[in-house]
Amino acid sequence: MIGSLNPRARVLLLVLLAALIAAPLVADRYLISVLILIFYFAYVGQAWNLMMGFAGQLSLGHALYVGLGGYVSALLWLKFGVGPWLGVFAAVAVAAAFGAVIGWLGFRFGIEGVYFALLTIAFAEFTRIAFDHIDYAGAAGGLFLRVDESGEWWNLRGGTLLFYYLALALAAGALVLTAFLARTRLGYQWLAVREDEEAARALGINAFRAKMMAVLISSAMTAVGGVFTAFYNNNLFPSRVFDINRSIEIILAPVVGGLGTVFGPVVGAFILTPLGEALTALTGLFGINTPGVKGAFYGLALMVIIVLKPSGIWPWLARTLRLTEHRP
Amino acid sequence: MNPTIYLEVVVQGVLTGLVYGLMALGLSVIFGVVRVVNFAHGEFTVAAMYAAFLLFTLFGVDPLIATVPIAIVFFGVGYGLQLALVNRFVGRAEHEQFILLVGLAIIIVNGTLLIFGADARPVRLSYGFDSFLVGPVIVDKVRLYAAAAALTVAAALFLFFRFKPTGTAIRACADNLVGAAVVGLNVRKLYALTFGLGLACVGAAGALMETIADAKPELGPVYTLIAFIIVIVGGLGSMTGALVGGVLIGISEALAGFVLAPSMKSMLSFALLILVLVLRPQGIMGRRT
Repeated sequence: MIGSLNPRARVLLLVLLAALIAAPLVADRYLISVLILIFYFAYVGQAWNLMMGFAGQLSLGHALYVGLGGYVSALLWLKFGVGPWLGVFAAVAVAAAFGAVIGWLGFRFGIEGVYFALLTIAFAEFTRIAFDHIDYAGAAGGLFLRVDESGEWWNLRGGTLLFYYLALALAAGALVLTAFLARTRLGYQWLAVREDEEAARALGINAFRAKMMAVLISSAMTAVGGVFTAFYNNNLFPSRVFDINRSIEIILAPVVGGLGTVFGPVVGAFILTPLGEALTALTGLFGINTPGVKGAFYGLALMVIIVLKPSGIWPWLARTLRLTEHRP
Repeated sequence: MNPTIYLEVVVQGVLTGLVYGLMALGLSVIFGVVRVVNFAHGEFTVAAMYAAFLLFTLFGVDPLIATVPIAIVFFGVGYGLQLALVNRFVGRAEHEQFILLVGLAIIIVNGTLLIFGADARPVRLSYGFDSFLVGPVIVDKVRLYAAAAALTVAAALFLFFRFKPTGTAIRACADNLVGAAVVGLNVRKLYALTFGLGLACVGAAGALMETIADAKPELGPVYTLIAFIIVIVGGLGSMTGALVGGVLIGISEALAGFVLAPSMKSMLSFALLILVLVLRPQGIMGRRT
């Protein structure tokens, strides 16, 4: 997929990357914070896209992995002084274990499609309410990390710039990983299972294993995003991180950008996040404090895209700007 | 502890559960016929709650009476929605239908947030705190009325599907779509009718719900999930299953709220959902498809 880009598009991609690396030289704090959000949603969107876009398994509970990743790493840091560079492994392990349980239940007992989506929601909501009652993790009152911009950067204690480059690295890394996975044997197995699971089985593909791998990789990647948000926002509330609306936010960018494409989540994040921010700023300008505007816009974006361009914006963009060698 | 108090909690759960059941009935009917999962179900319920709130605050209409006009308006909304939008998605990939309705759900949640704000909007009825004494058990008046009304609407829907020619035609679409088209049924129109009826259930259930709970935007996703839990416990597409499931969830929520903590009551429902999905995906009353 990166490989399917033509030379012109590759140059464009490199220029964009260079511009993003250099952006903090000129951009102000607000713009940087918006870019961090874009990278974050591109990253977690990519993780979700691996599972839904490539392997065809609809999860509406990805906030579960974000929350678990955040809570595990934050608790290790607060209670045991274990830094996030080590904590991230524990976070990934815990989230992947949950992913394994959900995947095993779902795929072993033949829970498919909408039912599987409901299973993921049920687990996320169950965990949200459970965390509301776990006093060790601050219960409903939340968990707070001390704001510290002094610069223990190896412990993710630093200013905005640290998180900017970290988010950029995560988003870029996820892009490269997805492009790589899409070209592996596993990537092709995912596509086969997504298109026709019975046919894939008939060809001797171990569909259970392929789907499990998708859930494991996706949940592990999402947990890293959770570690990032915990240390970036310095707070965690069960009602915020595990909320079903967080799960829906995660799916927005890949759906709008293009399901099952490598660049879809990135394109979607670059379109949606700035539009949402602009809308908030605009209504604020007119002196109306309206928390619902951004959400309503995201809802509308989902509906318009799925009615008019169900395969997303990226395939259309790539065709129009002639960015790919052949079909994206 | 006094055992009658448990009986009271159970009765309360049954009554609330019947209103839940009516809401879930709408979801079940729509899925059973149109084969589209209405993920904006709870959000529509909350919209109906706000409608009941508006009618009560502006014109002093008792939500029990407002149930009728709200159900009629929601029927129209459902009919139009199916014709204009959902119909194009019939037979398309499941996730595309899902995303369409998730988008609609988000718009309704944020629309109500924009219009009514985040505060709870209650209806203060003159008989809001009255109760009946049945033997040793105290029964809330509003809850009893709401449950009776929910049963009436559900019964009307049963009779329609059982005896009216149009009802039979809709069931024919659900049983054998090709056959229904072959004998000349207007499937497009019947689908719109079904979606309308489903939303009429939601409209009625929402208006009744406003008498026992306060309208809040964030209730939307909660009710959607409750409706899903109920129809999956009762069996997607089964009408009696929806009512039975509603009562079961109502009881389990009331008991969990009483024995554990009110904030933990939906935890039990989600655990139940996971169990039913794993052990019996066709639900308790549903048949295997």
